[in-house]
Amino acid sequence: MISLARIRAVFLKELVQMRRDRPTFAIMIMVPIMQLTLFGFAIDTDPRNMPTAVELRDDGPLTRSFLASLVQSEYFRIVKRVHSLDEGESLLQAGEVSYLIVIPEHFERDFVRGERPQILFAADASDPVAASGPIAAANEIARRAFAPELERLPRRLRGGLPPYEAVIHRQYNPAGETSMNIVPGLLGVILTMTMIMITAIALTREVERGTIEALLSTPVRASEIMIGKTTPYILVGVIQATIVLVAGRLIFHIPFAGEAWPFLLAMVLFIFTNLMLGYLISTVAKTQMQAMQMTFFIFLPSILLSGFMFPFAAMPGWAKAIGEALPITHFLRIVREVMLKGAGFAEIRGDIWPIAVILTMLALASLARFRRTLD
Amino acid sequence: MNGDLVIDVKGLTKKFGDKTVVDRFDISVPKGAIYGFLGPNGSGKTTTIRMVCGLLKPDGGSGAVLGLDVLKQSDKIKERVGYMTQRFSLYGDLSIRENLEFVGRLYSLDHLKDRVDASLKSLGLADRARQLAGTLSGGWKQRLALAACMIHEPELLLLDEPTAGVDPKARRDFWDAIRDYSAQGVTTLVSTHYMDEAVQCDRIAFIAYGKKLIDAPTADIPRKVGLFARRIETSALDEATRRLKAAGGFDVLARFGAAIHVAGRDPEAIIAAARSLEDLPDIKIESIDAGLEEAFIYLMTGAQDNFANGLEARVGQ
Ligand SMILES: Nc1ncnc2c1ncn2[C@@H]1O[C@H](COP(=O)(O)OP(=O)(O)OP(=O)(O)O)[C@@H](O)[C@H]1O
Ligand SMILES: [Mg+2]
Repeated sequence: MISLARIRAVFLKELVQMRRDRPTFAIMIMVPIMQLTLFGFAIDTDPRNMPTAVELRDDGPLTRSFLASLVQSEYFRIVKRVHSLDEGESLLQAGEVSYLIVIPEHFERDFVRGERPQILFAADASDPVAASGPIAAANEIARRAFAPELERLPRRLRGGLPPYEAVIHRQYNPAGETSMNIVPGLLGVILTMTMIMITAIALTREVERGTIEALLSTPVRASEIMIGKTTPYILVGVIQATIVLVAGRLIFHIPFAGEAWPFLLAMVLFIFTNLMLGYLISTVAKTQMQAMQMTFFIFLPSILLSGFMFPFAAMPGWAKAIGEALPITHFLRIVREVMLKGAGFAEIRGDIWPIAVILTMLALASLARFRRTLD
Repeated sequence: MNGDLVIDVKGLTKKFGDKTVVDRFDISVPKGAIYGFLGPNGSGKTTTIRMVCGLLKPDGGSGAVLGLDVLKQSDKIKERVGYMTQRFSLYGDLSIRENLEFVGRLYSLDHLKDRVDASLKSLGLADRARQLAGTLSGGWKQRLALAACMIHEPELLLLDEPTAGVDPKARRDFWDAIRDYSAQGVTTLVSTHYMDEAVQCDRIAFIAYGKKLIDAPTADIPRKVGLFARRIETSALDEATRRLKAAGGFDVLARFGAAIHVAGRDPEAIIAAARSLEDLPDIKIESIDAGLEEAFIYLMTGAQDNFANGLEARVGQ
């Protein structure tokens, strides 16, 4: 006997209160911007003009046009030509260059023959964000550089796979796969922190202000309060996520390779789950202060055990078990899959349903905790 | 349902920890009646009202409110009851109109806008509808809260000190409104500390420290309490007070402007005490009927003195 009219009543009331509570609303918008800015100071956010060494074991018009494209892209600045792999590696190790690009012997011949010669990109990935942009760009640069040559190739070599292979080695960062995860990870962390915080005071505020008494004397049901008090903030979460994604794109050159719709679905689900977690806290906490403390209690494992700080695969079993129970762990996987690896719905399905299960359990727990009396 | 009793509960009990805050209350209120709840602070008025509307779960007792089981059907009861809380419990960060609309939506009212407009008009707040409720003065907050709990036209009004801090004119308007509702068949249970409001009730329950000391039609209360009273006027009031206190034997001694009222259940003692004042200047001793106020002061003093050993005995029901 849930009444949509009553859910709407609570929903509209929360919207108005949110709009009136300018400081909180401002914090919600400032948090992602601040976090991103902090990261911006901490790491090199402009990965352009990276010092690069090249080793050319083949030299011809094709190679030269490729090098020209590299320079033109402004990601790479060729500072040195080396004559052996060892020489290049030692430059990389010494930090004199950030990239080493190796064009193999018989590159042009193999290219024309369709034997897919390999171009090696070795990157100093110890500064993950700095490394991520150029690496993501490398493939595109190669494709564009060779486009005119491809036109001249026999028809059978066009279409299908490109007639070369870009091999990317990230060095000095064994977990190189996670290098670009920081900004997408930040999306999960920001949403976890702010969404839980926003609903953690949903009921405690009513209790502290005494408004709960009038509210509970009306026919409104526990489930109606729960839905009406959580859903308005989905919008806030989506705004935050948009800020992070746009900034990630503009400042950190994080690509968005996958499908948008499955991602949006997963994101709204994740936002809703965090809001529900906050709501559960507010059914337990007696004061707003307690609610904040509990929020931080949840926040710690969300940072430490979700794969945001430390690679998930390297964690001990018990930590993994806790991690799996946290919505953020699954969301981080989804973000990486979709943004970096171009996944669609099929690939992330396995992480969507655990979030849905967690959401359901949180909602049931909140309903069980919620008292419609003042005892 | 017993006849047309709107509230018909027996043995209502509430404990907080090992403290019994409401001890076996029987309450019967017929349709359209105004039932007053009086008693000192902390006597259990709010707690009782909360149990009647399902906001607190009773630890004992049973009965019906609006013909619905008070223990099991609070959802249905809530739809037909308007509860005005003692503490302001509307949203300070919503405007007056938004508060009324919110409450109206929770009761799924149709023609919401018209109802809110009408309510604002009768409140006299139509041109301040956009003002935030938190910025209203204390008395206006009370009036808004009252309007909010009546917007769904409840059959039973539970009003917990509705006129605390409200000016006399507004209080009179308020009671006129309550009597109008009563004539239309709306039942009211109201708690108050004001005597001029108590006399407006059809029936009064006086409670103290969780015990109901008396529950009778308002007009019968002085007789039931059975006080014998004298009014004393003199130009030496302080000396009179001192002598009366020395003589003792009365239960209530209260100043009423330039006079003293002494009242008690022992006429001999009061006559003797009054006699000791005869040599005071301008002395005038009159026999009066003890009123509601003396009755309540008597009950209240008695309740404090004899809390431990059975208060009902003093009333002699
Ligand atoms: N939630 C609670 N937990 C513990 N004790 C409570 C609770 N609510 C009320 N009490 C106690 O119950 C007693 C009765 O309180 P109640 O609020 O019903 O009194 P009241 O008659 O309404 O008083 P007042 O005239 O001051 O409004 C008080 O002693 C109060 O301290
Ligand atoms: Mg009270």
